[in-house]
Amino acid sequence: MWSAFIAVVRRDLGLALGSGGGAGLGVVFFLSVVTVVPFAVGPDLVLLARIGPAILWIGALLASLIGLERLFAGDVEDGSLDALSLSALPLELTAAAKGLAHWIATGLPLVVAAPALALMLNLDGRAMGAVMLTLLVGTPAVTFLGLIGAAFAGAFRRGGLLIAVLVIPLAIPVLIFAVSATTAAVTGPVPFGTPFRVLLGLALFALVLGPVAAAAALRGARG
Amino acid sequence: MGILDLANPIRFLSLSARLLPWLAGLTALTLAVGLALAFRAPADYQQGETVKIMYIHVPFAWLAMFGYTMMAASSLGILVWRHPLADVAHKAAAPIGATFAALCLITGSLWGRPMWGTYWVWDARLTSMLVLLLLYLGLMALRSAIEDPNRAGRAAAILTLVGFINVPIVKFSVDWWNTLHQPASVFRMGGPTIEASLLWPLLICAFGFTLLFVTLHMLGMRTEILRRRVQALEARAAAEAMA
Repeated sequence: MWSAFIAVVRRDLGLALGSGGGAGLGVVFFLSVVTVVPFAVGPDLVLLARIGPAILWIGALLASLIGLERLFAGDVEDGSLDALSLSALPLELTAAAKGLAHWIATGLPLVVAAPALALMLNLDGRAMGAVMLTLLVGTPAVTFLGLIGAAFAGAFRRGGLLIAVLVIPLAIPVLIFAVSATTAAVTGPVPFGTPFRVLLGLALFALVLGPVAAAAALRGARG
Repeated sequence: MGILDLANPIRFLSLSARLLPWLAGLTALTLAVGLALAFRAPADYQQGETVKIMYIHVPFAWLAMFGYTMMAASSLGILVWRHPLADVAHKAAAPIGATFAALCLITGSLWGRPMWGTYWVWDARLTSMLVLLLLYLGLMALRSAIEDPNRAGRAAAILTLVGFINVPIVKFSVDWWNTLHQPASVFRMGGPTIEASLLWPLLICAFGFTLLFVTLHMLGMRTEILRRRVQALEARAAAEAMA
């Protein structure tokens, strides 16, 4: 079962990285969102430093969600999902493997790109580290919650707007605790660990809830 | 006759046809009494007459949550027993619950203007209700995006349950994030803190609006069953015309 899980992860990683623009495009989108904000709020570096973590998090949230549209769609269309569901791997773990591969291909690059974008937003080292840590823990949570939306989008051939509408309300707690952990690291008064541990808990919760609900959605769609 | 006999769509249609006029009458009566009492209730020493908004605002908030809870229960009916009436109940409840959530936000906003000096604040309770409204709208969007009603029902049921698990987490997160709204004052440990002269009209209003919800929901379910029947008849007629 473990080897089947690894095989699905490797297959999806190969598809995501091989098709070109999978990982890169997400980072470019992230960069575009971060670039657009100073044009909207003005080039005030003090203000940007204050709202920088929030900007980075909204950019990462949108980048994570928008990439999810094709996660199951291709496999549903060409029948590979039926083949995968016949394997020894339960559909829940298949969904988890696909989520993990998707996060490595699109979420991890966002975490790596975050410090460079943080420099552009005048974040100091402390805030930069806090944003990176929260993104490292929080983006998997967003991706795995997004699996639910991705399963609906794939099963019913519906576009990315529906995913965003369905998943954004579920992702609000992640956003709250990620940004408050960063704020705590910079200004206090709460220690960084308090909200960060809640964020860790939310991420673990999403790792379970996302694949289970996505598998239920895929099964329900088949009727 | 067991409870499952009632869950038969044909039985439901005949039973609800008999019940609906009584329910509607009782709703009108209870709301008339409740609202009359609300108008005669003493004004708050701080909030003055604006406290009257409470008598509709609070029931809307309760019923928005009640509606979602009922939809979560229907979702179990859809997923576990695959019962057609559970699907009808789920579908009919969504627009009613969304309307109550929206009304709760609107009345709260109108109450907030004289009391807090602003129509909207990013306070925990307001934000939680806004998230609930977003969940309702997402569910309706999901249903309308899928043509096949059976698959749409199961998809909406799964999303409802995911949302139901998530609502307490959202509530807790948003509480952590910001709190300005007064804490719960009716359902709390150690009894209500609200004065009896205000509590009674509120409870009667809440009961009246609950009856309104039940009446509208029953009407919506009847409409939905009849709509499905018409669609089935049309499909049959089209098939016969082809043959």
